[in-house]
Amino acid sequence: MFQFIIKGIFRDRHRWLFPILIVCAGVVMMVFTLSFMQGYQNSFIRQNARFETGHLKVVTRAYAEMIEQKPYDLAMLNIEDEFKEWQTKYPELSWVQRISFGALLDVPDERGETRAQGQVVGFAVDLLNSKREQELLNLNKALVSGRLPRANGEALMSDAALTRLSIKIGETVTLIGGSVYGAMTMQNLVIVGTVNFGVGALDNGAVIADISDIRQLLDMEQGASEILAFFENGEYNDKVASRVAAEFNAQYSDPEDEFSPKMLTMMQQNNLAYLMGTFSSMMGWMALVFVFIMGIVLWNSGLMNGIRRYGEFGLRLAIGEQKRQVYLGLLSEAFIVGIVGSCIGLVLGLGISLYFNKNGMDVSAYNRNTSILSENMVYTSITLKALVISFIPGVLSTLLGAALAGTAIYKRQTSQLFKELEA
Amino acid sequence: MNKLLCALLLLVAVHLSAQKPSASDILKAVDKNMSSGSSISSTRMVVHSQRASRTVASTNYGQGNDKFYSEYTSPPRDKGTKMLKLGTDLWIFDPNTDRTVQISGNMLKQSVMGSDLSYEDFMEESKLFEDYSATIQKESSYDGRECWVLCLIAKRNDVSYYKRIIYVDKQRNVSLYEEWYAKSGKLMKTIKASDVQRIQNRWYPRKIVFKDQLKAGKGTEYYIDEIKFDVSIPKHIFSKAILK
Repeated sequence: MFQFIIKGIFRDRHRWLFPILIVCAGVVMMVFTLSFMQGYQNSFIRQNARFETGHLKVVTRAYAEMIEQKPYDLAMLNIEDEFKEWQTKYPELSWVQRISFGALLDVPDERGETRAQGQVVGFAVDLLNSKREQELLNLNKALVSGRLPRANGEALMSDAALTRLSIKIGETVTLIGGSVYGAMTMQNLVIVGTVNFGVGALDNGAVIADISDIRQLLDMEQGASEILAFFENGEYNDKVASRVAAEFNAQYSDPEDEFSPKMLTMMQQNNLAYLMGTFSSMMGWMALVFVFIMGIVLWNSGLMNGIRRYGEFGLRLAIGEQKRQVYLGLLSEAFIVGIVGSCIGLVLGLGISLYFNKNGMDVSAYNRNTSILSENMVYTSITLKALVISFIPGVLSTLLGAALAGTAIYKRQTSQLFKELEA
Repeated sequence: MNKLLCALLLLVAVHLSAQKPSASDILKAVDKNMSSGSSISSTRMVVHSQRASRTVASTNYGQGNDKFYSEYTSPPRDKGTKMLKLGTDLWIFDPNTDRTVQISGNMLKQSVMGSDLSYEDFMEESKLFEDYSATIQKESSYDGRECWVLCLIAKRNDVSYYKRIIYVDKQRNVSLYEEWYAKSGKLMKTIKASDVQRIQNRWYPRKIVFKDQLKAGKGTEYYIDEIKFDVSIPKHIFSKAILK
């Protein structure tokens, strides 16, 4: 019976070509879109962790209240002892101290007068005593010109800002900021290299300096505005992160002291929990919309096919086949077409996704004017979930289309079908 | 008889108007009392931030309302920082970087040494009478002193605060309390002056508390430890060369 149906489908080009093409195109689109979205989501999480949130972050309670504003005047000060204690207590985490701040970059001329000025985002990390930040920020890869800082007083800046302010490598610039107590402060830095992280928000104008220099600038003795912790395996696990944060806060955080530390999980920052939830629900909605649209298209195709096959249905009913049998036959055909179309679509979609998984897709044009932390190259991520989400709707939509179109068999009177057969 | 009554009424009216000066007269009297040809002062600024309090001391030289030079003497971190105002220009010299930077644009909105005063506040050079038109709102008592309560509205658009409410000591012509408002009507700053003393031929507050209403913290206390008016100041003090 099964062979009979297959032969029936593939001997009549009209029965398989258009439906398979439609299903195949839809599944290819779904596989690629879901892989791209997953890749974008992974990139977003990775970039946020590396540059903003860590897998876990420790800040003061007062800072946590206004964390979007990065109020470094509410940073932790004199925290070296606590920092060492946390490192010992949580060996499964690697820790880094950072300070983010806004400043004015002043470029002097030969007489020391201001030649150019521009707003910059200051990013203070441990550049001199540890390789960890170099790895996290991928500094060797991000370096466009010059070299990485080797001594105090040296800094990197974004390539775009260097060009915009007409600064030369090796030139001394002055960072003008506000101390942790609000006073205006200045610090001279020699720009020894330029970087391009592929992150629009940072590449527009960032200065990256060693944390010890910035502590001096901001009058933050042994201070850090944020302490980031990363799981050693590099993967974020929300369950473990939530447990560690709860344990940490129970021990170290004091609701009565606004400058006591507070640990936040990655999902508690930057609205990430909401964004990730939105990503997931978007995938679900995409699958639903896909089934709906494909269902409509295939319904239409089924109707056209059905009209063409009225004669055949009439003959089958005339020789004693039940309407139900004809209808089930139609559904079986649709199922086979759906399976075949989805399989071909999966293979093609997988191929395209694998290509972009290896070579990436340049989305820098969309990142230029955004503050969202995402990489300029997005690499698709192929997951079993994406394949299943694409495959099942591919089959379902064909079945839905055939089921809707096939109802016409029940609506037609047998006598009318005979008439059409005679005609 | 009628003529006598009219003359009496006129006398009473003249007497009453002589007792209640106009708002402009009050403002001019305040300007006259507070402004001087030149001054040299030693001041301390106690800045109360959310985290801690710190004291910044400085020696200041002023000439008229458009020339001002200040050199910070403590704390050690800020010692040697110099600030020079000449007309509408303001420069800061930072000894740590050996750089002189002109403060302009958005930087004028920044706080002076973390205090509740901005560089923009610091740059105000005209007398109140030149910048504001005043009306008397009421008479009130403030800090045990009888005061005129004046409402000042800016005459020009480039004045930092559109409206000010000031409580002027009737006898000493010193503003004891001020509220500074933005054009939107939002209260931006309050200023409380106290410890008013007779210095040379004028009444002058020794302590002023500035409070930026948009900032957390307890405000900034400004103490005038020593001040001399109408003294001779060498010309080089008000030149850019002093900054290095």
